[in-house]
Amino acid sequence: MFWSTPGGWLLLTVGQILAVLIWILLSLAFLLLADRKIWAGVQMRKGPNVVGPFGLLQSFADFLKFVLKEIVIPAGADKTVFLLAPLIMFTLAFGAWAVMPLAPGWVVSNINVGVLYLFAISSLGVYGVIMGGWASNSKYPFLGSLRSAAQMVSYEVSIGFVIVTVILLAGSLNLVTIVERQAGGFWNWNVLGGGGLKDLPAALVMIPMSVIFFVSSLAETNRPPFDLPEAESELVAGYQVEYSSTPYLLFMIGEYANIVLMCALITTLFFGGWQAPFPTPFTAHWNPTAASFFGFMWFFLKIIFFFFLFAVVKAVVPRYRYDQLMRLGWKVFLPTSLVAVALIGAWRVFGSAV
Amino acid sequence: MVLQAYAFYVLAAVTLLAGLAVIFARNPVHSVLFLITAFFSSAGLFVLLGAEFLAMILVVVYVGAVAVLFLFVVMMLDVDFAELRQGFAKYLPLGIVVAAILTGEMILVAMSVAGSGAAKSSTGPLTHVGPFSNAEAIGRVLYTDYLYFFQAAGMVLLVAMIGAIVLTLKHKTNVRRQNIADQTARTPAAGMRIVTIKSGEGIEA
Repeated sequence: MFWSTPGGWLLLTVGQILAVLIWILLSLAFLLLADRKIWAGVQMRKGPNVVGPFGLLQSFADFLKFVLKEIVIPAGADKTVFLLAPLIMFTLAFGAWAVMPLAPGWVVSNINVGVLYLFAISSLGVYGVIMGGWASNSKYPFLGSLRSAAQMVSYEVSIGFVIVTVILLAGSLNLVTIVERQAGGFWNWNVLGGGGLKDLPAALVMIPMSVIFFVSSLAETNRPPFDLPEAESELVAGYQVEYSSTPYLLFMIGEYANIVLMCALITTLFFGGWQAPFPTPFTAHWNPTAASFFGFMWFFLKIIFFFFLFAVVKAVVPRYRYDQLMRLGWKVFLPTSLVAVALIGAWRVFGSAV
Repeated sequence: MVLQAYAFYVLAAVTLLAGLAVIFARNPVHSVLFLITAFFSSAGLFVLLGAEFLAMILVVVYVGAVAVLFLFVVMMLDVDFAELRQGFAKYLPLGIVVAAILTGEMILVAMSVAGSGAAKSSTGPLTHVGPFSNAEAIGRVLYTDYLYFFQAAGMVLLVAMIGAIVLTLKHKTNVRRQNIADQTARTPAAGMRIVTIKSGEGIEA
């Protein structure tokens, strides 16, 4: 077999990476438009509607506009770090997708510590913002990056504990195993305790945990109501003030790729990943590729649902004040998720017969 | 495994060069960024050893949390580098002595381990001990054989954390703080006073 030789393996892996990359970029183009359309809808506007039918090509027009403009680098900026920052943001946002199980059998790299890998990569995302803010050598970006550093570090703590509860339920750090364990209908999803009726009491803890994860991922991706690093009424545009053209575009794509990644992560950890919400014994007779596409459809639908929630939150919730943000992270989410880890641990040992 | 050898040499070279750059970079922020590079590539070395759990923990803890706080502090420093460099020649002899002692000690330890210790008898890194994954294998020893050490380490960290909080916490008396419970419990009866004002008279104070 050609595909099992080193050269074939390399080609296959590069092909898989490119396929995932192109899928994400294409979905991003339309999700970004959807974000603006939903935002506009809440405010009773039309949103982008000029480029293409219903403004469908708006994102591509924006892309061309960004790429064709001149890159302006401020005179006092640290040039290397200034240009490195958006690249880091962009690369990390896409690198995290390597371990995400997209459909039955569709994952670029099925590693044993997939959850930890995702957590590590998302904790690196803060460097893009910090480096960008510092290298701009300007007050507003610097304040933005300081805010972002404190905010992301704070909310990572509670995200980490929420992930631990899921790991305890699933008994594995492997994302594929976590998804496969949630097969057979929505009552087996981790948000409802992960084991059908007998694990249902765990839902009392897991439903609040999924909400905490959702809110923390809003803060982690600098989305409203936690967009203090780029609060336009206070900091103009925060860490992005000095950025223009392609570097700005990279920041923007990286930010949205992170948002979609967080949606995918919520889906995978709590809402069954690519599992359909009902038992699917009929796919056993299907062609494996068709079954994969069937699973991928559910995965994508769930991502779109959570992206819709992200967009609605942006439109309807006012921005938090910074001390309230810190209070929520450290005094509410951290103790709650810590107690939840203890409860789920106790449930695994004494409650469910596993 | 030629590919693994290449990966090792690339990662090791990056780690060493980044480590050197930490010392030689003129800008302290660049130093921290190089330190992060060194952390990251040593995580890569861990992966090559088959210790993927340790690698991820290294990235999460050191790169994701510790180095962010490092960077946070260093970014806000306003250091006069010319002034900082003045003492360099004065402290150079002392620095060389300390470095020489440390290097000598490390060589001694390395030689004694290579001559008689674990390295001689072991056949190589134990990547898969039994049917467990890496994380499971660590958990099995950490929570059984080394439970007391693990708990003691946790206590030390807790004491350090409480110590840091006690040292820095100051209760300022003249600062007004928001009390959300008070705010939500406020009623119109307690917060408002309705005054009937006669025309042309106004109210006093």
